[in-house]
Amino acid sequence: MTILAYLIPISLFLGGLGLAFFVYTVKTNQYDDPEGDSRRILSDEYDDHPKP
Amino acid sequence: MSGNMRPTPSACPACAAAPSAERLAQEAAAHMPAQIALSLPTIHCSACISKVEKALNGYPGVKSARVNLTLKRASIEADSDITAGDMKEVVEHLGYEAHELDPGTLNATANDRAGRELLMRLAVAGFASMNVMLLSVSVWSGATDATRDLFHWVSAAIALPTIAFSGQPFFRNAWAALSNRQLNMDVPITLAIVLAVVTSLWETALSGAHAYFDAALALTFFLLAGRYLDHRTRSIARSAAEELTALEVPRAIRLHDGEEETVNIAELAVGDLVLVRPGGRMPVDGEIVAGTSEIDRSLLTGETLPVFAGEGQGVSAGEVNLTGPLTIRASAVGADTSLHRMADLVAIAESGRSRYTSLADKAAKLYAPGVHILSALAFVGWYLYTFDMRTALNIAAAVLIITCPCALGLAVPAVTTAASGRLFRRGMLIKHETALERLAQVDTVVFDKTGTLTAGTPELTNMGEMPRRDIELALALAEGSSHPLAQAITRAAREAGFAPARVSDVTEMPGFGTKAMHEGQEVRLGRASWTGGQGLAETATFLSRGAGAPKAFIFADRLREGAAEAVDSLKQAGKTVYLMSGDTTPAVEALAGRLGIERWMAEALPADKAERIEAMSAEGAKVLMVGDGLNDTAALAAAHVSISPASALDAARVASDIVLLGGDLSPIAAACDTARSAIRRIRENFNIATVYNVVAVPLAIAGFATPLIAALAMSASSITVSLNALRLR
Repeated sequence: MTILAYLIPISLFLGGLGLAFFVYTVKTNQYDDPEGDSRRILSDEYDDHPKP
Repeated sequence: MSGNMRPTPSACPACAAAPSAERLAQEAAAHMPAQIALSLPTIHCSACISKVEKALNGYPGVKSARVNLTLKRASIEADSDITAGDMKEVVEHLGYEAHELDPGTLNATANDRAGRELLMRLAVAGFASMNVMLLSVSVWSGATDATRDLFHWVSAAIALPTIAFSGQPFFRNAWAALSNRQLNMDVPITLAIVLAVVTSLWETALSGAHAYFDAALALTFFLLAGRYLDHRTRSIARSAAEELTALEVPRAIRLHDGEEETVNIAELAVGDLVLVRPGGRMPVDGEIVAGTSEIDRSLLTGETLPVFAGEGQGVSAGEVNLTGPLTIRASAVGADTSLHRMADLVAIAESGRSRYTSLADKAAKLYAPGVHILSALAFVGWYLYTFDMRTALNIAAAVLIITCPCALGLAVPAVTTAASGRLFRRGMLIKHETALERLAQVDTVVFDKTGTLTAGTPELTNMGEMPRRDIELALALAEGSSHPLAQAITRAAREAGFAPARVSDVTEMPGFGTKAMHEGQEVRLGRASWTGGQGLAETATFLSRGAGAPKAFIFADRLREGAAEAVDSLKQAGKTVYLMSGDTTPAVEALAGRLGIERWMAEALPADKAERIEAMSAEGAKVLMVGDGLNDTAALAAAHVSISPASALDAARVASDIVLLGGDLSPIAAACDTARSAIRRIRENFNIATVYNVVAVPLAIAGFATPLIAALAMSASSITVSLNALRLR
């Protein structure tokens, strides 16, 4: 059962990582325009160099 | 469900904007770059986004421009010398419709902090409940002794901080209710969560077999999901309602030493000279010092006939100037205008909706004391039976968790979200949280006439009786004018294929009409008194041609799109339809006949309308009021539920529960049906929740409930309730 000593922290860490990224997306207003974002991905405007 | 969304009773361009305009002024003083917002109702694809953004960003002086496709808006940051008019031109040049929005009004909802906070709590609760569920599944599938204790302790370590963070909305509401010596849905929720955590901790410390950490977290998660849905539905409605307000940009033209300057309405002071161009709305109460014109007072009084306006005459905020430019000396501004004072009265009169208790509140009133008594009885019974505090407390906690109002908490928001979304796509905006429930009960519908059943644009009715020469002459005179009656003549004559007669020296006399020379004679088209005609009861304009009596062109108000269908299908659905208007008796009678409405009331003062509606309510009728003007606001507030079109005055939109976004009236009847089936779904959901409690509660009281049974029952009922809500059509 010693494997649990690794697995539980690992699963918590991975889950926490997901949560941290979610918090980051909320804080940076990434859910303000879901409709527009789903279309913007189709445009090749910023493909070569990212938006300044 | 306890949040309230009562918009402040701001009204009209003159007053709604006052606070936001002040904020704007402060911003300007701080030399901030200009924030410009445009509404772009026709954009729909990625090409639109990049085209608009490229054009705006390429404009000299623009710092950044971004299009939001969800809200169909562009927000632009630019140097302070760039105006919204420039930006509007750029976008319109690309072929898209653009309207200026008042950024001050929009900023209020730009960052929805409450929604974001709820989302964050929901995410944390979801993360924690998934992890704890993973550990719990191991326990249920046979972990024992030290392993089980370890899993329980890890669960506790996750659950305690999560509940302390995610449960806050419930704890706060429960505390607020208790300190008012009341019970609401949040009191049993809080008690269930807290008791579950405390007994589970106790059990874990004693190496017990049952810990309810997963149930406490799942409960928090499901209930937060319900709260979030509820919040989103309302914030979408709020931001759409605010966009309507923001479309009326609070600007006025002030004359300062003979120079015109554009200022915010909030900056106008008593004694200022204000210029109102044709088509503009009066920003202030005042007296005309120069110019003659006609003014349209239909939004204030309901009368369709334009009124003559000349020097020395008083005007009040909200009236629309029709023909000639007017210069007004302001006598009352901002909150002192008669328009604002009337709007304030409405806020006080608000009664219909506050009398109504929502279904959710009714359910909570039955439910909250019920579960408390049940769980207290279970505790006392088991304590007397076993004299073991631990068993008794465990069972009391199990009863509270099993009866968790998950299904109840989701029952209403899941259905209202589905129904509001459906109605929003049909062009109806549900502003008030209980509007759907009240709409479902409606059995009487009262319509206002001007601007609601009619579009507010006149239509020529007697062209067939006119000799060809007269029509051609009238067309020649009417073509140069922007007066609504003249435009109606132009439209009708052009459609019938007439060509204008040859005339010379066409001059428009604002407030009177148009005159010209034709075959050496002076011809006039205009008001009865100016052309020598006999005043008629209907809306009419007169053509005088040298000798002979002047000819009357008679107009009727054009019906709003879908008005006939709406009245028909409401009558077919067995509802009583009334027509109440401030307009003259013949005009109202004619319209009632045209639409087949048997009950009507003409020349009604605003107070008459409200009184009549209150009398109907006293007789037990559930009245739906549909109106748009300031004279309707009292009636809108007094009715059981109210609808106003998007073209209505801001004060009327604020007073009503539902706003029709399109020009079409026909969705009203369909909305009543949708509301009724929504209420049916809500009741079904309550029944599902009850059946589930009837099965599960005896198990819990008998002491057979395990955390596994609790988890299964809780998820099953929540999911059934949500799926049932999706069946709504």
